[in-house]
Amino acid sequence: MAKITIPLGPQHPALKEPENFMLVLDGEQICDATVNLGYNHRGVEKAAENRNYIQDIYLIERVCGICSHSHVSCYIGCVEEIAKAQVPDRAKAIRTLIAELERVHSHLLWLGVAAYEMGFETMFMYTWRDREQVLDCLEMITGNRVHYGINTIGGVRRDINAEQAKEVLSKIAFLEERTKYYVKLATEEPTILARTQNVGKLPNKVALERNAVGPTARASGVKMDIRKDEPYFIYDKLDFELITYHSEDVFGRVVVRVLELVESYKIIRQVLSALPEGPIAVKVPWKIPQGEAVFRYEAPRGEDIHYVKSNGTEIPERVKVRAPTLSNFQSIPYMLKGDYLADVPITIAAIDPCMSCTDRAVVYDAKKGKTQVFDWEELRKYSIEFYKKKGVNFSGK
Amino acid sequence: MAKKPMRILPEAAKNLFKKAATSKYPFEKAKLYEGYRARVVFEKEKCIGCKMCMRVCPAKAIEIILAENQPQPQTGPDGNPMPAKKLFDCIMNLDRCIYCVQCVEVCPKKALAYTQDFELAQLDRKKLKLHYK
Ligand code: SF4
Ligand code: SF4
Repeated sequence: MAKITIPLGPQHPALKEPENFMLVLDGEQICDATVNLGYNHRGVEKAAENRNYIQDIYLIERVCGICSHSHVSCYIGCVEEIAKAQVPDRAKAIRTLIAELERVHSHLLWLGVAAYEMGFETMFMYTWRDREQVLDCLEMITGNRVHYGINTIGGVRRDINAEQAKEVLSKIAFLEERTKYYVKLATEEPTILARTQNVGKLPNKVALERNAVGPTARASGVKMDIRKDEPYFIYDKLDFELITYHSEDVFGRVVVRVLELVESYKIIRQVLSALPEGPIAVKVPWKIPQGEAVFRYEAPRGEDIHYVKSNGTEIPERVKVRAPTLSNFQSIPYMLKGDYLADVPITIAAIDPCMSCTDRAVVYDAKKGKTQVFDWEELRKYSIEFYKKKGVNFSGK
Repeated sequence: MAKKPMRILPEAAKNLFKKAATSKYPFEKAKLYEGYRARVVFEKEKCIGCKMCMRVCPAKAIEIILAENQPQPQTGPDGNPMPAKKLFDCIMNLDRCIYCVQCVEVCPKKALAYTQDFELAQLDRKKLKLHYK
């Protein structure tokens, strides 16, 4: 059979940045795949070189809408290291709390997206409804649902009071109950198993070779988590487990994320029960002394790395951001190879990519030279229909 | 792993009789927490024109300008004219503002404050430029 090449993207709705995947198909099966980056270059790093350190906090926060706290903490970590600022313990604890609330919101969001890509809309609705609880917590503590703006150089901007802590705990208790249910649902529902098991395989060795990070790597049995490997904030004083799974497929990535939710609840409880007293920020001068620093941070999607170089003025000379998705992209072509076209949406969604979205994919028949426009929604429907024919059906019909 | 099909059904059935999770906004008021950050307001009397707010604003949304009507210099107790305190206006570009309230935090005279007024959409872009006098 003639091989066909399908360009998928660059407009792409499951992701938050435009992206292009060239898929070479042999019938229904993918025999090769390449990733093309660079459709949404916003020039954030360059813009950061034209603003002062305080302005950059809010700029860097907007690198990502979902891990906004991760990026900003990572950037601020660099600046504080250069300025040799002694961040108070209470500020560190509040940063940890927000970081874990962010992880909960991100993983719940992902669980919903993954369910949606599989055609399991009911679960998507429930996870997103429950996610509102954690967004409420974030709004209550920080003043916003998404771009929290809690961090500042030298500490945090807002304190947390006993009443707020109580409300967070009650919401976390509710979410923990719900998560227990999702754990059961995700691991026992035969339809989820049929759609995720042995799909998007990434063996341990390949995950290491291709530098997979975060839950993608941990689902291939790679024991890596910056919170354990190079603890920042107060993670070294907390008791939590590093979740890994051995199945090396999309199913493993689901399991790792739902179990990480449970660990995050544990961390939130520990932080709130032993919140250190004291100030929430120290003053850091406008001008940051000369120097450079690198900070590694475990974002919900994996290891985030920032590099800041300062030249002694109030404006940084260089800010470099390495988001976790860039690292995970190397693994996508490998995961897709050998899978069916119908597995593409869930496999790409399973690394929890952080990219932008509008739908359009083009099907190109190399032999006939014909181009057919195919959008992501159609591909998603196609994948659901494809599996329905094989008897995998969430509606139970 | 034990396979248990249709685990979602009892859950779905339970939810049939629950109140809708969504709210009826804009027909009902949206629930906001106390510290929610929205439109920044300005108090002319307090501002000393140091322009720190402009310096920290990441979105270049706030502008402090000299007010049009300045008070007349007054006569001091010794009969010599005494310069009056200068007055400043604030121009707030709501279409640029990202509601980070860094300006409020940095203001040494507490001339700026944030409110919970978040319903700021306008059809006419000019209306997004507020001139606080
Ligand atoms: S920081 Fe405050 S006092 Fe200074 S110019 Fe701005 S509003 Fe006026
Ligand atoms: S809230 Fe933030 S963006 Fe808006 S004017 Fe103040 S500093 Fe600028």
